[in-house]
Parts: sequence; C-alpha cells; structure tokens
Amino acid sequence: MDKNINIKVRVWRQRSAKDKGRFVTYDLANISQGSSFLEMLDILNNQLIHEGEEPIVFDHDCREGICGMCSLYIDGHPHGPDNLITTCQLHMRKFNDGDTITIEPWRSAGFPVIRDLMVDRTSFDKIQQAGGFVSVNTGSAIDGNAIPISHDTAELAIDAASCIGCGACVAACKNGSAMLFVSAKVSQFALLPQGRTEAARRVKRMVAKMDELGFGNCTNTRACEVECPKGVSISNIARMNREFIKAKNKD
Amino acid sequence: MSQLDAKIPQGPLESKWSKYKANQKLVNPANKRRLDVIVVGTGLAGSSAAASLAEMGFHVYNFCIQDSPRRAHSIAAQGGINAAKNYQNDGDSVYRLFYDTIKGGDYRAREANVYRLAEVSNSIIDQCVAQGVPFAREYGGTLANRSFGGAQVSRTFYSRGITGQQLLLGAYSALSRQVGLGKVELFTRHEMVELVMIDGRARGIIVRDLVSGKLKRFSAHAVVIASGGYGNTFFLSSNAMECNGSAAWQCYKKGAYFGNPCMAQIHPTCIPQHGDQQSKLTLMSESLRNDGRIWVPKKIEDAEAIRAGKLRPTQIKEEDRDYYLERRYPAFGNLVPRDVASRAAKERCDAGYGVGTGQAVYLDFAEPIQRLGKDVVTERYGNLFQMYEKITADNPYETPMMIFPAIHYTMGGLWVDYELMTTIPGLFAIGEANFSDHGANRLGASALMQGLADGYFILPYTIQNYLSDQIQVPRFSTDLPEFAAAEKEVMDKINKLMNIKGKQTVDEIHKKLGQIMWEYVGMGRDEAGLKKAIELLADIKKEFWTDVRIPGQAIDLNIELEKALRLADFIEIGELMAHDALDRAESCGGHFRLEHQTPEGEALRHDDLFAYVSCWAYQGENKAPVMYKEPLDYEFIERTQRNYKS
Ligand SMILES: Cc1cc2nc3c(=O)[nH]c(=O)nc-3n(C[C@H](O)[C@H](O)[C@H](O)COP(=O)(O)OP(=O)(O)OC[C@H]3O[C@@H](n4cnc5c(N)ncnc54)[C@H](O)[C@@H]3O)c2cc1C
Ligand code: SF4
Ligand code: FES
Repeated sequence: MDKNINIKVRVWRQRSAKDKGRFVTYDLANISQGSSFLEMLDILNNQLIHEGEEPIVFDHDCREGICGMCSLYIDGHPHGPDNLITTCQLHMRKFNDGDTITIEPWRSAGFPVIRDLMVDRTSFDKIQQAGGFVSVNTGSAIDGNAIPISHDTAELAIDAASCIGCGACVAACKNGSAMLFVSAKVSQFALLPQGRTEAARRVKRMVAKMDELGFGNCTNTRACEVECPKGVSISNIARMNREFIKAKNKD
Repeated sequence: MSQLDAKIPQGPLESKWSKYKANQKLVNPANKRRLDVIVVGTGLAGSSAAASLAEMGFHVYNFCIQDSPRRAHSIAAQGGINAAKNYQNDGDSVYRLFYDTIKGGDYRAREANVYRLAEVSNSIIDQCVAQGVPFAREYGGTLANRSFGGAQVSRTFYSRGITGQQLLLGAYSALSRQVGLGKVELFTRHEMVELVMIDGRARGIIVRDLVSGKLKRFSAHAVVIASGGYGNTFFLSSNAMECNGSAAWQCYKKGAYFGNPCMAQIHPTCIPQHGDQQSKLTLMSESLRNDGRIWVPKKIEDAEAIRAGKLRPTQIKEEDRDYYLERRYPAFGNLVPRDVASRAAKERCDAGYGVGTGQAVYLDFAEPIQRLGKDVVTERYGNLFQMYEKITADNPYETPMMIFPAIHYTMGGLWVDYELMTTIPGLFAIGEANFSDHGANRLGASALMQGLADGYFILPYTIQNYLSDQIQVPRFSTDLPEFAAAEKEVMDKINKLMNIKGKQTVDEIHKKLGQIMWEYVGMGRDEAGLKKAIELLADIKKEFWTDVRIPGQAIDLNIELEKALRLADFIEIGELMAHDALDRAESCGGHFRLEHQTPEGEALRHDDLFAYVSCWAYQGENKAPVMYKEPLDYEFIERTQRNYKS
C-alpha cells in the first residue's frame, strides 16, 4: 500500500548556460508514494512560489513516457533508479521516508543548460534534418500492401523506431555520444525497403552532423543501452556502423 | 458575419471532393515561393501540413511550444488509425467508414466532410508506409488490422501501442526534410499569443519566445491553426500538460466562430485518479477492450468488501460478476463507442458497484490469457501492461486492471467550412483545433486519421483556392500599426498578470476550475448544474484576475507566466462550454443532458430542435456571446437512434 513520506531533494539550480550552477536542498513533507516524480516536483514548485521563490524549471509534457520531453539525472541515473522508464513514469514509491534525492540536468556538451534542469536538445533535430527521412512527397505513394514487409522485420523496425529522442543515452555516456539515438533512426530505415535508395547518403549525413555538433564517439561501454527508457539495443549501433562502412566503401 | 456558408460542393456525396479538386483555383509553381504560410502547431495536423505545403513550394513558418516538433501531443496516441482499406475482406468500404463515423458522432457532423475524410483515409496509410512508418504486419508481409470501439470491421492500422508516435515521427521526418532544405522555418519553444488581422484578414501572429520571454512578430499570406484541443480546461485529462486552447481562443476573440464548444469526449479506459496530488490522468489504450472484459461485482456487498480491501477481484466467482457492457449491448459488447462505455461505467459506480475508490471498474484479461495464451496477450498489449504496473504497482496479468472515464478529446473547436477556413478570411484550422468531422462523439482511431487527412490531403488543396489571388499581395511588413497594436495588447495583458501578485498559484486555481468543470460540465449535465457552473466560473475568473501569483519577470523564461496565460483562456473556454451545453437541451454523443435520456438511460437526441452546429461569436469583454446555427441537413443518410444492442 502507498503511504506518505517526507524527503529532501538536492536540486541543481542554474539561471542560464553562462551562469555557474549550484545545488540547493529543499524539504518536502507528505508526498504520496502514489505520486509521480514530476508531481513531487510540482508540489515543490508550488511550495517555492508560496515562499516567494522562482520555481524549478524542468522539461515535461505528456507524463506518459512517450514524448521524450522529460529528462533529469536522478541519484546518478538518467530518468532515475528504475529500468525502462522515463522520469515522468518514475513513482515516489521507489523512495523511502527520509531519503535525500539528488536531481541534476542532462550534462553533455551537445545539450547546453537553458535553466535549472532544462537543457537544449535541438541538436537531435538537426541530426534528423540532415537526412533522417525517406524522401517522398505527399500524394505519390503506392498502395501500402504493395510494399510487403515480413512480420519480424516490421517488429525489429518498430523496436528501433520506438526511440523517443529523450537524450538519456547521451547523458549516460562518458563520451557524450549520440550513437544510440542516431543508430536507432538509421536502423529503422535500414531495415525497411522504403529507405534503401538513399541509405548511403542518409547514414553519412547523419553521422557527419552528429560529429559536427560535438557528440563524442562510442567506446562500447553500453551505459546508453542500460539507461535507455525504451530498451533500444546497441545492436543498432553495430547496424549503423555496418551501414556507414558500406556507404564509405561505395565512395 | 451572420451568414454561415459551409461551402459544401453540390452533387452526389461520392463526387463532391473530386469535383471540388477539379475546379478549385491553383497557384502557379513559380509563384508559390512568394507566398508565406504560418502553421501553428507541429502535431499530426501541423507537421503534415507544414511539410506538404513546403513540398509544394510555399514558404512556411512553423511553430510549437515544445523543444522539438516530435514532442507534440499527437505522439501520445496509442491505439491506431482508421482507414477503409478492406484488407481484411470483412465488408469495409469508404461508405461504411463514413456511416460509422456519422453514426458514432450521433449525427451532429457534416456529411460532406465526413465522407471526404473516409475517402482520403486510404491515401494516409499509403503515405505513411512510403515514409517508413513501421505498421504492424501479418506473417505474409501485409498490413495488420485490429478492431476498435464503435465498428464491427477491423479497419484500424497500428504500430504496437505507439501508433501516434510512429505516425508523428513520419510526419516529423517529412517536416525535417523541408527544414533541412530551408523551405520551412521552424520555431520551437515559441508560443502564439495573438492573431494579427489586416483589413479583415488573418495576416500574422505575435509569438512569445518561451526561452527569452520576448515577443516577436510574423507576417504571412495565410495562417493555419493546428494547435490541438482544449481538454485541459478540466485540469485532469488524458492530454499532455502543454495542451491548451489559447491559440484557438485568440482567434475566437478576433472574430472566428467557435463550433460546438460543449462537445468533449470522455474516454472510458483511463487509470483512475490516485489522489489530490495528481497532475494528469493516464489513458490505457482503448484497444484493450478488444480482448479485455469489463465488469463490476453483481452484489453490492462484494463491491463494498472490495473497496474495504477485504476481498480481491480474483475471489469473485464468475457468476457473481456483472459484465455490464456485454449484458446491455450484446451486439457490440465491450466494443461499444466511448460515450456509451463511459456512461455505463459511471452508472454502475453511481449505483454503488464501483471498485477501488468507488470510482473505478475492472478491465479483466484472465479469460483472454487463458484463451490466447500469455504470449499473445503480451505481444498485443505488453507495453500497456507495463505502463499500468509502473503507475499503479498492480500486475494486470494477475489481477484485473482498474479503469475509469476521463476527459480525452474535444470535438468542438474553431468553426471551419468545407475548405477548412474559419469565418476569418485567410485563417484556417486543422486537426483537433477545428470542430469539423466527429460530430458529438469521436470514434477511436479517427483523430489521427483526421489530423493527417487535413494536413496531408485537404488543406494543401483548399488553401490554394484562397491563396491563388493573394499573389498580388506583397509580403507585409511587421512594422505595420496592426502588429504594434497586437503586440501592445499582449504586453498589457502580461503586465497586468504579473502585477496581480496575489496568493494562489496558477495550478491551484486551475484545479478549482477543473473541479467545477468535471462536476457540472462533465459526463452528465443538467440545467441547474450548468447555470450554477456559469456563476462559479465567473467567480473563478474574478479570483484569477485578482489573486494569482506569478513569480519572476515578464520578459524572461517564466513557466508560471506561460501557464497563467493559458489558464486565463481556459476559464473563458469553460464558460463558453457551459453556455453551449445549457443551450443544447438534448443528449448526443459525449454531451449527456440528464433531463434527456431514454427509459433505458441512453442518450436522447432531439433532431427536430438541435440538428445544427452551434457557432459562437465573440461580442467583447463581459458581453454574452451570440450563437449562430449551421443547420445540418442530412441529404444522404437517415438519422436513426443509435443502437449498439442488436
Ligand atoms: C493519450 C491519448 C491517446 C490517444 N490515442 C488516439 C488513438 O489511438 N487514435 C486516434 O485517432 N486518436 C488518439 N488520440 C487523439 C489524438 O492523439 C489527438 O486528437 C491528435 O493527435 C491531435 O493532433 P493535432 O495535430 O490536432 O494536435 P496536437 O498533436 O495536440 O499538436 C498541437 C501542436 O500545437 C502546438 N501549439 C499549441 N498551442 C500553441 C501555440 N499557442 N503556439 C504555438 N504552438 C502551439 C503544440 O506545441 C503542438 O505542436 C489520443 C489522445 C490522447 C490524449
Ligand atoms: S535511444 Fe533511448 S535513451 Fe537515447 S534518445 Fe532514444 S529513447 Fe532516449
Ligand atoms: S513527460 Fe513525456 S516522456 Fe516524460
């Protein structure tokens, strides 16, 4: 049964990318364990506003684990101390009465801090804009069943495509590598017949953009895979590397 | 304007759209790049429209609140998208999809629009497949389908329980391609806060940069609103936190009519509220009703014992369970439409048979697990089961899930004609932001279809009819007095809010608004309650404008100010919803007036009196809005009482 608990939270506060940040500790009483982690932060913010302080800024939207908007490095883990979930799906029953919880933003060169816990992840969009698509105009498509795809291939493509672009993989990686994210997109299209014609161009462009934006390289520590809320597998990185080498060999 | 012209083409239903397309005016390819279009929103509707318009050659400005277009609320849709492909050979057709949608909407939608929607539905699937959207497949490689509430055929295409995500990522990739090519200028973390009109036409918007807090001006030849629905008026809903009705509301205040505001959909399968710290409700996909069976105890003492924690659901014997949907609606069983399933759940809970807190019913998978095996159930619903367990700490493989209805979708929205243009020339509305295709109740898997139909296949045609003569109009300077005046209006409003310095936070007032809305303008409404709601909402409005507390600066990143601006509009939207609900003295779809029900407790329409779209026109601050009626003439099908029993 869920009960109410009292906790302390140590939160990273930073006014802007240029400012130096610091930890501030706040006390919270009577948090229902049935509440989500973000609901706990809502309560804290409400409390802060009443005390005349500015609320803690963090990103969130769907609160259903799918938009990829929430982030937060909680007690040393992106999305907190539970597997296969996002921060918004983390519930306070994971914590005990009297705990002190440390909350930080994603830290990576590719994701500058905007304020407090909010970071700028637009680099992910830029990578996608560089080539993460199938070039097909609206209105010219053939019948869907004219492109048969085996059940298992479709399932593999969905596995890769289920990446929510949250950036936990980058935050977890000591090299700040975006390989898991990029490989998930490359894999989805590499698996499907639709994207084949421009596969070489796609992988080269996306990888080049990723490098240009200051993301590090993969050294196979697998931290990304462990922290990914959607269980995106590093086998996608291997697939991307194969695609990349194939593309390079054609040059 | 009091004459409403829906601009429905003449002629037989089947040829209206092709006739329209054949006769509509086009813009010469060389001229398209000289025409600018603003698209507000990057959900399914906004992304697909922005991408398609840019592919055609128009120059597009695209805006969203989130940090990336990929995070628009459409991403959260789980269940699927309808199309009349008849791949299953079970008798589906364009006509049948049209018919089910009209009937599901309780005959409060426009025939011509709905037919067109059904007609283009097949192209949507083809388009998405071509983009690389990974739909579920059969072993033979063909597309898989499942069935959804309100239909007796399997016409729903899906991608596990993440269909919205996959469709949005498809549209997002098409959009990204155009952004990369420089054809779409994308502005994320930018919120439209005002519409700018010049000479009676929509010509631009004022936007608040949510990072710097600065106001910015954008001009264009046409403006498209794709900003989603206003369900968060109720505070607790299945909508994402940032969903709001503000963009549409600003357009309403500038003269665009608001259609059917009271028609909000209640979704039957949400996870029940856990307590007063709750910030939103989580939806369990309706596809669960395909296999899951819904029940409550037959005996009131069992229900009481369960609520007291003395009995577990698994201890209730089969013969002591009331599968009330199967009992009441034998033909559709657990697959009755959302409004019917929601009301039936509420009816059982009100009668004292609810479980959990008393505001919940069971959705049980014991029988399908036995029949199909756990693996099949896991493949179909595994991620939903996982999500449920994370939220409630209960394992649905072992004990039935608990569900309860919640606000989910708003069928009302900006009134648009057949061309998706509002009553303001040059202002278009698409997706959930318009009122158009669902009538009084939206069937499952139809919102995704509508968003993409509007964005990929309808607006890109109809907007050209408007833009064809705009090529003579040079780009507008944002230094014009109209822009300055609009910006000043916004700044005044922001300063007023910042200076209140009251005692309550935005969320505290929003919660109070939500309680009033759910109690009096929610699942069951009556005249006395609606009148009371109108009074209470006036009080809340006063409370908000005298007692809200917004810390920080106006021109800065300020999350409380963002919320306050939206709440100011939610309160007014709530008022209009109550007015509209009061006027509509009948029950239809998601709008249930307690005074108007059949002896069996079903919704009772009054076609002789209310076969119209209510179109509300703003009259100014503190003045009652005026309602115009768009009569709904049914030329091609006969209205009947909805029947899901036989
Ligand atoms: C949990 C859930 C599950 C669902 N499942 C299904 C399903 O299975 N099948 C189905 O058919 N439908 C489903 N729906 C409904 C469907 O998802 C929505 O109706 C649909 O996605 C709405 O799309 P849209 O493009 O109109 O708006 P949205 O996706 O809501 O997009 C709105 C966009 O507008 C932007 N915006 C809003 N206001 C402003 C502003 N002022 N300035 C700038 N930008 C702004 C937002 O940033 C966003 O980009 C579901 C809904 C929910 C809540
Ligand atoms: S790969 Fe996983 S961790 Fe990385 S962005 Fe995608 S969902 Fe997030
Ligand atoms: S808020 Fe959307 S994934 Fe967490």
